[in-house]
Amino acid sequence: MDFETFRRHGRGRHDYARDWKKRTGGKVVGTFCTYVPEEILAAGGVLPVRILGSHEPADDAEPYVFGMFCPFSRDCISQAIRGRYDYLDGTVLAQTCLHIRNTFWSWQKVNPGRFHYYMCFPIKVQSPRAVDYATGEMRAFRAAFEKWLGRPLADAQIRDAIRVCDENRALLEEIYGLRKDPHPPLTGREAMEMVLAGQLMDKREHNQLLRQALAALRTRRLERDPGVRLMIVGSEDDDTEFIGTTEELGCTIVVDEHCTGTRYFLNRTPDDPDPMRALARRYVGKPPCPSRDWDARTRTDRTLQLARDYNVQGALLVQQKFCDPHELDIPAIKSTLERNGIPTLFLEFDVTIPFGQFRTRIEAFLEMIRAEALF
Amino acid sequence: MPKYKTGPLKCWNKAKELRQKYYEDYVSAPKSGALRIGGSAWAFSAVPEGLGDVRWLTGEPYGASCAFDRKFSLSCLEAAEKKGYARDLCAYMRNYWGSILIDQYAFGGGFPKPDFFWTSHICCSHAKWYQVAGELEGGTPCYAVDVSVGPYTQITPHGVAYVVGQLQDGIAWMEKLTKRRYDDARLIEAVITETEAMSLWAKICMLNRNVPAPLDEKTMYALYVFGVIMKHRPEVLALYRELHDEVKERVERGIAACANESKRLISDTQPPWGFLDVFRHMETYGAVSIGSLYTFGLAGMWDFPDGTMVPKATPRQLGQTPRTREEALEAIVRWTLCRPEYQHFYNPGLKTDLMMRIIRDWKVDGALLHYNRGCEGLSLGIAQNRMELAAAGVPVSVFEGNMGDEREFDHARTLERIDSFLETLGLRKVEV
Repeated sequence: MDFETFRRHGRGRHDYARDWKKRTGGKVVGTFCTYVPEEILAAGGVLPVRILGSHEPADDAEPYVFGMFCPFSRDCISQAIRGRYDYLDGTVLAQTCLHIRNTFWSWQKVNPGRFHYYMCFPIKVQSPRAVDYATGEMRAFRAAFEKWLGRPLADAQIRDAIRVCDENRALLEEIYGLRKDPHPPLTGREAMEMVLAGQLMDKREHNQLLRQALAALRTRRLERDPGVRLMIVGSEDDDTEFIGTTEELGCTIVVDEHCTGTRYFLNRTPDDPDPMRALARRYVGKPPCPSRDWDARTRTDRTLQLARDYNVQGALLVQQKFCDPHELDIPAIKSTLERNGIPTLFLEFDVTIPFGQFRTRIEAFLEMIRAEALF
Repeated sequence: MPKYKTGPLKCWNKAKELRQKYYEDYVSAPKSGALRIGGSAWAFSAVPEGLGDVRWLTGEPYGASCAFDRKFSLSCLEAAEKKGYARDLCAYMRNYWGSILIDQYAFGGGFPKPDFFWTSHICCSHAKWYQVAGELEGGTPCYAVDVSVGPYTQITPHGVAYVVGQLQDGIAWMEKLTKRRYDDARLIEAVITETEAMSLWAKICMLNRNVPAPLDEKTMYALYVFGVIMKHRPEVLALYRELHDEVKERVERGIAACANESKRLISDTQPPWGFLDVFRHMETYGAVSIGSLYTFGLAGMWDFPDGTMVPKATPRQLGQTPRTREEALEAIVRWTLCRPEYQHFYNPGLKTDLMMRIIRDWKVDGALLHYNRGCEGLSLGIAQNRMELAAAGVPVSVFEGNMGDEREFDHARTLERIDSFLETLGLRKVEV
């Protein structure tokens, strides 16, 4: 198994999607946020592709967005302006943070006349009423999607897509579980590349790669000292370069609490006679992003549990600049982790990262952890 | 020689006293056995009324009051930052949290702790605001209602049921928490009052279609606020009735807000509360801000027939006066989901459309948009609004600032931008 495959698919995401269209004749729809039910798109033979940034300066997005909106949202708008996603036949947004909503509308300005769907997914996922509402919204989305496709979807097709997506989640969870080992058989960078590829590829093809990866990982031993075991927590993060460079400083990212990582896949679809309700239950019940984590605050305990399960020695708290939902959670997460003996380092991300400054801070952080481990 | 007659509002002092009483009543609530409730200005404030005597402190107007006192505000903002909260978070929220942290109430004394928080959630901050506030206060219970179920053009039965269901659950939550018996009659009365008061504010705004405008936006800020601090209370309805009659009389007598009105503008989003003199500066050019979707749509409720907007017909006017808890909750939910200031959360194009209606019907010559770093909720999509207004041929200018953090407002630069904009509209400073 060549683990570079995931990296290639991530880096060559646009080539993959164009090639997929060519060989299947199917349509490709971009998704904003991990609350979009990919299963419905896949059931219609459509490839869902998560829209991500490029980590290049995004000055051309300025007319579309006020400067205090997060760099990720601006980066994505810039991608639309530059035509990087010109192969998309449409986009879907599941109601999420305000910044990504802004990106969704700006995207439409740049790409008018395609299928653009705003799904009113509930924000209060803790309400006992949320599943009913989400079910209604799943049905509305399905109807609009069927109309655009020009044909109805059979429940059996949706159930099959649920099965494929759940298998994908189960495989990722199993692979993540291997990272609990004192010598994780894959790096944090490889893990992130693996999860990201799944948000860009046909799930059946991704599952096949994951099965191969899982088999290979059971006997794989990396020729590197894992060093300090870190977790990474926070905003949308697809910066594999950052993870890789950080891991060169003498540490391994063993787990994450990101929407590009565990929050994407850590739960399954429950059995339900109504597939729309089943999807509603799965998405309502998935690990929440901070914008949905109320009335009770659950992310702190969930993050702490992940840290304990993966025997984490320190946590990087990363936040996209101006990301309000994470800014609202980070003080609580920081104090929870530190109160439980897990030191933290806060890093604010922009479209591009000043890694020189970050390097110094991360090195100091790692030295502190190593010193504490000595005594 | 001024173009128009001007004169102060007769009910101005009454409004000031009512506002002061609101903040004082919140402090003294325990003495009279009343409950203290904190929460968003957009909360379903009529619903806790069923618990009996309750006193409110709505967070956004409180945060604005803090901002008006720049020195006090700075101490609040710095306390929030010291606690680890980012500087770019909602400035109202940071002023509120800071008040808790330094234990000072903007109206004197220590910061009064509520019995519970009852709020609505539509921007990313609302529910989290009171989640954090509760934690800072050592565990004040909080119940938030998600209202993000789509724009007024697409209200669905399952969306209404979701919000009504949360309110039903919320009533049970409040009863359990306070051990008070819930009185549906009080709820029904509060819902009727709220709808009447909000429709009446819209009716007052309609009078500003007149040339010259009888009210300027700076004055309206002091009056619309009742629609966000206690919109369900009979004393607000009474004040708005008096205000409506007085403004109507001003129109009939040709009394203007600005003696030299020659260009009519709208603004957008909250103003920089510590620097309201920018509005008076505009008037030195003969430019009057006659309102905004913000002042019209935060406290006012509207119907949108045929490309225009008119005060929303109340349940009573429609012959649908609620008689039961269920009917009252459904009425207030359907009413609230039409709030003009909710619509851009689903699509900024809807907001542009509403702004264009105001521009046409209120005879507006230009728009001055506040790119407000203090509120990502109301700044959401504002760049798109700017583009769309400009494309429609509306002269539009922007200034960047912060409604509640004076450190992010450049006063001199803003005045210069306003000067330039007004000069492009053909205005020159009026010699007095």
